[in-house]
Amino acid sequence: MKKLLANWGQYPALEANELSFRTPAEAAQIVASEEQLIARGAGRCYGDASLAATVLSTLQYNKIRAFDKQQGIFDCQAGITLDEVLEVILPWGWFLPVTPGTKFITVGGAVASDVHGKNHHSDGSFCQHVEVLEVLTASGQVLRCSPYENTTLFETTCGGMGLSGIITRVRFRLKKIETAYIRQTQQKAANLEQIFRLFEENRQATYSVAWIDCLQKGRHLGRSILMLGEHARVDELPQKFRKDPLQIREKKKLSVPFNLPAFTLNSYSIKAFNWAFYHKLRAQQRTDLTDYDTYFYPLDFVHHWNRMYGKRGFVQYQFVLPLAGSYEGLRQILEKISQKGMGSFLAVLKLFGPQAGLLSFPMEGYTLALDFPVRPDLFPFLDELDDTVHRLGGRIYLSKDARMKPEKFLQGYARANEFLDKLQQLDPAQKFVSLQRKRLHLST
Amino acid sequence: MNYILLLGATSDMAFATAKEFAKRGWGLLLAARNQEQLAVLKTDLEARYEVPVYALPFEARQFSSHEAFLAGLPHQPLVTALFFGYLGDQQKAQDDWQESSRIIEANYTGAVSILNLVARQYEQQKQGAIIGVSSVAGERGRKSNYLYGSAKAGLTAYLSGLRNRLQASGVPVITIKPGFVATRMTEHLNLPKPLTASPRQVAEAIYKAYQKKKNVVYVLPVWRLIMQNIRMIPEPVFKKMNL
Repeated sequence: MKKLLANWGQYPALEANELSFRTPAEAAQIVASEEQLIARGAGRCYGDASLAATVLSTLQYNKIRAFDKQQGIFDCQAGITLDEVLEVILPWGWFLPVTPGTKFITVGGAVASDVHGKNHHSDGSFCQHVEVLEVLTASGQVLRCSPYENTTLFETTCGGMGLSGIITRVRFRLKKIETAYIRQTQQKAANLEQIFRLFEENRQATYSVAWIDCLQKGRHLGRSILMLGEHARVDELPQKFRKDPLQIREKKKLSVPFNLPAFTLNSYSIKAFNWAFYHKLRAQQRTDLTDYDTYFYPLDFVHHWNRMYGKRGFVQYQFVLPLAGSYEGLRQILEKISQKGMGSFLAVLKLFGPQAGLLSFPMEGYTLALDFPVRPDLFPFLDELDDTVHRLGGRIYLSKDARMKPEKFLQGYARANEFLDKLQQLDPAQKFVSLQRKRLHLST
Repeated sequence: MNYILLLGATSDMAFATAKEFAKRGWGLLLAARNQEQLAVLKTDLEARYEVPVYALPFEARQFSSHEAFLAGLPHQPLVTALFFGYLGDQQKAQDDWQESSRIIEANYTGAVSILNLVARQYEQQKQGAIIGVSSVAGERGRKSNYLYGSAKAGLTAYLSGLRNRLQASGVPVITIKPGFVATRMTEHLNLPKPLTASPRQVAEAIYKAYQKKKNVVYVLPVWRLIMQNIRMIPEPVFKKMNL
């Protein structure tokens, strides 16, 4: 069926033919008959990955294959979303090994983007917890792969942005938890130097992330709040929660019902928000108990929050810098943002651990994620930021990217050619092609 | 434990309804033709809910098998919900009796055959509930799908009569009219969003209708209004409309 499709950033959008399947045989038939297509899950990546003139939605292929409650192993069709997985595993004392900031993505999408979370420095990315994948490849066959079996397919699928084929099955390991609560510690950092020091000092924390105010200048540049988290044990809960430690109360959801006018978010409203956010935390440090849903998915409570940016959409800009250049690079980039008044409503800073993989985004160093509403001067500005990022050996997150130049991609992803060579073996005729692949000229 | 029998369980609406009942502790009797797909659904439901799930072969159009099917159920269902149906190809069916009869049997005759038997049981036991998924397409024949529509019209009238009969036995009969639903059956159609329900919305409406012993339920209330208006168009006008 033809319809207008866009991912979470609402940019770009295109008229596309969306197909779906409920059995592998149906998927195989579609893959055989379409010349070019790309898999699409929940459409929660931000840019132009998972978009093409023909997309194959995995959302109807979303059944659980097995859930081992003793060993904590989850086996599912790839179109199931993380929130459905959580609903099933949490009551049994299991949690996702890695989760991004939204639970409305599919498991297949988590693999294709090799997503990371607040525990990247301690637990790595999602694919490090994957035991088995099945992928419908250009050959028309569903092939099983794992870190030990069909490794070429496994490597090109983990973080491969859907270019190796249609991910149909994922078996992954879960994380044991005692409660559905997180013990959260917040610490204020007056500037960039302080937040770097806090990250370094807290490498042993399971979860860590910082909210950063990118409109600050001078000695306040990099003012931020570090948020650390640990899964709470039962004995750390107040009495009233101990009876049902894996149960949390359902909260009211909000929604942005339509696209707000583009001027809603301007440097004044963002400044006011940032001021309030920073000063809401009165003490230098505070520890409290919060449920997992609020801790990991604060934005999921506002459905369609992407409409806040107006109908022109927005771009998420997330980059990572190698540890050595991180401080200097971030200082330069924050200065540029603040100078331009290109304030980002949401700005998140995190220290990654080391990372393997051909196209996986993380590397040891600092990553910053920003949202910018699309406006005419935005793209030249981001090209300027790209120069700084890549000069320092960093790279841009493909799942959020909608506008990077091809040469920057090759510069940032050192193993890109290795990836493309392997892809060539799997799909010589280039059947699995997204708008992103075209834009970045991903072919050998 | 209470059991619900879902006839045509591989449909998206049936699967969503299975979830609604299972999460409230109901055991599931899933009946459908495609055993391979049924097995996939059974595994999924067992992983999600701690309730017994049975996958049972059932052919709506093999009327003679229905008696044995009911007799062979592993548990007596307190609720029987009928989901099976077949949209078919109107154009093809006009000139092809095979297709026509398939539409009639899958939407009407098959339903009558199995529900006659279920009704007899429930009437004798003076308990149970029957839920039938019919269609707004049955309210007025249109050239684009009157074979499907007429079969559903038959089903709607059948359910209405059955409700009337079983009223005395305290057995509710609930007619569900989903309107447009985003399912496999309608995937290729460009449906207007405000008029289109998700399978989950249908399932929630079904559970609510069961709890409140409703008679006829339009899943999206706007459909009641739309159909009232459509029924009111005088036939001399209606027959000239391009519908």
